Amino acid sequence: MNKFSWYEATSIEDALQQVNSTVSEELYQPTNKASVFKSGGIDMFDWIKEGLLKPQKIINIRNIPGLDIISYDPKRGMSIGSNVTLADIASNPEVKDHYLALHQAVNHAATPQLRNMSTLGGNIAQRNRCWYFRSADHDCFRKGGDRCSARQSETGENENHAIIDNGSCVSVHASSIATALMAFNASVVIINVEGEKKKVTMDDFFVTAGKDIAMENILQAKEIITEIILPAPTKNTKSTYIKQVARESYDWSLGDVAVVFEVSGNTCRSASIVLGAAAPVPYRSMEAQRAIENKTINSENALAAAEAAMKIARPLAKNGYKVPLFVSTIKQAILEIS
Amino acid sequence: MDDKDQESESKPAKGLSRRSFLRGAGLSTAGSVLLTTNAFALEYKEHRNAGEEFGPDAMTIKMKVNGLVKSLSVEPRTTLASALRDHLELTGTKVVCDRGSCSACTVYLDGKPVNSCMMSAFDVGDKEITTIEGIAKNGELHPVQEAFIEHDASQCGYCTPGMIMSCVHLVDNNTDLNLDDVKDATRGNLCRCGTHPHVFKATLAAAKKTI
Repeated sequence: MNKFSWYEATSIEDALQQVNSTVSEELYQPTNKASVFKSGGIDMFDWIKEGLLKPQKIINIRNIPGLDIISYDPKRGMSIGSNVTLADIASNPEVKDHYLALHQAVNHAATPQLRNMSTLGGNIAQRNRCWYFRSADHDCFRKGGDRCSARQSETGENENHAIIDNGSCVSVHASSIATALMAFNASVVIINVEGEKKKVTMDDFFVTAGKDIAMENILQAKEIITEIILPAPTKNTKSTYIKQVARESYDWSLGDVAVVFEVSGNTCRSASIVLGAAAPVPYRSMEAQRAIENKTINSENALAAAEAAMKIARPLAKNGYKVPLFVSTIKQAILEIS
Repeated sequence: MDDKDQESESKPAKGLSRRSFLRGAGLSTAGSVLLTTNAFALEYKEHRNAGEEFGPDAMTIKMKVNGLVKSLSVEPRTTLASALRDHLELTGTKVVCDRGSCSACTVYLDGKPVNSCMMSAFDVGDKEITTIEGIAKNGELHPVQEAFIEHDASQCGYCTPGMIMSCVHLVDNNTDLNLDDVKDATRGNLCRCGTHPHVFKATLAAAKKTI
């Protein structure tokens, strides 16, 4: 690890005065003079240990007061502060009661140790998973390079990579919690150095690789996430989340699905279906949503929606298995709603 | 094994006995002082004002470890794992993957299991660290440690301190445990020797349950 100094931020304003870059900018075009935010620090330490990120200063935002609160109101919904740990979300009874898919996603994320350390803001803002992207020995478009090793049909190790929207980059977004948050139509509240607050939906928070290869989200250097807001569910809201992994112990998602439906009886009135580890950002399947809306939730319709979702899939040389994996997982998730 | 009443009686009250202080002091490097109430938190706040920049060179910080306040000279890039092992000679905490993926480096931060390899020593602040060396009390192993020996739950031993930290936390914080709870608690602890079945049995036995 390179040597860096440590600044203990006292407030959001204080932190925003200190910061001058983002991890994304620094990975794409290293200056080695960056002052960057750190909260839980897991992803940050990953990059620094690999030698890909050499910050001059780390601004510790973990102890800023007021960012670690979960509150729920039956009319306004839930607010989760950006410094709330995954463990605190996992054990929150209101999350379990009102946002089941989020509860399930958080409980399947990382390890108990990491859940005690990781914060929600850091979780959704972490960089993508691709071993070439995260390796100091490999070139990568996201690191300002001119080739993609993962895409190579003969030599590319791309079994964990994207099957949708993989034209510019084949990495997948690392947060399985973001899959659930997007399905609940959650919003991210961001404050900038001028003190201006904006609220963007999860759909607008993430940036596709085709739009900007250097970033996975809209966060700029002088901006900070303060909270994530989930709309209030109705009595007809039902949700579920399923994550497929290669082993029983902790592992990254091979494919995860969050489904949030408004139902009347056994009919889906409106559908929100989001896929994780399918594309470089959490991917909302409009095709699956359209296919199941105003239909009876049964095996036949669930399968039709799942297959509709996978029509645009373009697997790489080694991740073709993800297509049937998603078909069966989407189908299973929809059927769990009924 | 002792019945529950005897066990809870034999457990020392929170804080330190004279004996564990002497043992701890003997093991530690210079600069250890006995922890008294919240004096450390106050002292810490006087020394480490927020809104101040520290490093990048080494500076002396104080840290609460296993009930003692230790002084150590570290840089902001010094991980907690390195601070414990290389500076305080508490080598029971193992570093294996060094990326938060194997949990061999598990310690408690204010009673919660965390990966000491993925945080800076500067992250600790006035919180209290408990390492594997702080699990046995008054020379007596924790029931989970006893059960690990009894059930042969260790092979090469590299994952064992982290496994024990996960399992002790589970047993100490839950009254009614089943196999799934033990699996959940150890989901982050990798063991290449494949000791998991014995780890599960040992932990359930320590919680006075059987598979």
